[in-house]
Amino acid sequence: MNDLHAFLSPPAETAQRHGPHDRIVMTSRVRLARNLRGAAFPGWAKKQERVKVLEAIRPAVESLPELQGAFSQAMDNLSALDKQILVERHLISREHAVKSAGSGLVLNRDETFCVMINEEDHLRMQALRPGLQLRQAWDAIDHLDTELEKKLDYAFDSELGYLTACPTNLGTGIRVSAMLHLPGLVLAEQINPIVQSVNKLGLAVRGLYGEGTEALGNVFQVSNQMTLGETEGTIVERLEKVLSQIIEHEDNARQTLLEKKPKMVFNHIGRAYGILANAHSISSKETMNLLSLMRLGVDLGMFPGEERSTVDELFILTQPAHLQRQLSDKLSAEERDLVRADMMRERLKHVERPNDRPPGAAK
Amino acid sequence: MLCSVCKEKPATVHLTQIVGDKMQKLDLCDECAKAKGVTDPTSFGLADLDLVLGLGASQEIEQAAGGLELKCPRCGFTQADFKKSGRLGCPECYKTFADALESLLKTMHKGTRHTGKAPEALRTSRENADRLKTLQRKLKKAVESENFEEAASLRDEIKQMTERSTTPKNLAR
Repeated sequence: MNDLHAFLSPPAETAQRHGPHDRIVMTSRVRLARNLRGAAFPGWAKKQERVKVLEAIRPAVESLPELQGAFSQAMDNLSALDKQILVERHLISREHAVKSAGSGLVLNRDETFCVMINEEDHLRMQALRPGLQLRQAWDAIDHLDTELEKKLDYAFDSELGYLTACPTNLGTGIRVSAMLHLPGLVLAEQINPIVQSVNKLGLAVRGLYGEGTEALGNVFQVSNQMTLGETEGTIVERLEKVLSQIIEHEDNARQTLLEKKPKMVFNHIGRAYGILANAHSISSKETMNLLSLMRLGVDLGMFPGEERSTVDELFILTQPAHLQRQLSDKLSAEERDLVRADMMRERLKHVERPNDRPPGAAK
Repeated sequence: MLCSVCKEKPATVHLTQIVGDKMQKLDLCDECAKAKGVTDPTSFGLADLDLVLGLGASQEIEQAAGGLELKCPRCGFTQADFKKSGRLGCPECYKTFADALESLLKTMHKGTRHTGKAPEALRTSRENADRLKTLQRKLKKAVESENFEEAASLRDEIKQMTERSTTPKNLAR
């Protein structure tokens, strides 16, 4: 399968994926870092050596039962736009998107497994699940890893565990993370103390696209930082505990806001709808932030008959590369803002303006 | 004083952190501080910044090497390269820079010994090693209590195990 766009599920379908607590937890992800014994890490290896590693790993990954009929491609065969689309879908890292010769990608049919070859490590394999399903994602990637270890000779040390390019990933090579939508905590101005206390537990909180990015659209990624000295199970468990607490805080924040400051909530959501439904030029950043408020409105029952998936689809469709992809001409950012606003007005024609339900009745 | 990151602009943000009896200092200019997310110093550990910058890492390595430039015999990676990138060159580098990495790993992780998943082949050899120890302990007890019949059967079992447990070459360390 070579055509990425024929392969990727349409945004409308992606938005329909459901999982436990998906009102707040958008996706769960577990990633493992692995390297081959005797080969330099991708950041230090010469191109020739990287190509050799890719040629050894790619067929091994493709042969796994879970990856039958997968999309498998060398990064130099993908256009910059394709790579950006994969980033916007959260399938590859921004770091991987700038790779070319000697790097590769294998993505399974239902987009639940995505393997990056020669990113920072020789292998970065991830299992993705909608909603809160960390345990399931870990079990899935654990199994995939066990299958793969029969075909590849991993760099492993009995003291230090799996050896990784960066010492921060050493040992288990695991990163367990969840993408959370937390508009309640942001509106209630409780997000900073929450982030701080999560940090104190040794967990990282990042923005929408991972390391060093802003929390656009009130979307936050929570993940473990330490990878050595405890088992994968312990790390997954800690994340599960912390996430269930964050979910509770977000629920409480929404409830309290509706009881104490209903006008403030209705004002934010009403204005978000007003701008999205009537703007003639809008940036992707503003779009995401306003769509986040509309998503909250749907959760609170302010858009009767509307599903969260309507908003989630727009969240994907209005991002720069996805927007560009629907057009034949290469547009500048300013021109895209016009097209984005046109699309948004058209889509929201069919969405009734929000009602202001009495506080406390919604949930 | 210049910023420790860009080494160009004057440092305006100064962080000091005391861990145990060690003091760590970091001086940043406005821009680098923002870029690294150091906006609320009260909630910011220098260890976090180390992860981002690899600064502490390189310092540790310099100290351990006593100024001598360590170089990985397998891939030619040096401590200067590590200072630049915060990454290592190849799996073998973990042996080359082992001494320096140890203290760094302590600040970075929960422990310095891997307790998680291991490749199957190694897992089996680990289990065998444990089993062997148990058998040897039992044997000693049996001999001490002059239970020679049991001792003989234990000895046979141990002999069998050691003959079988030929670790695959690429896993021997």
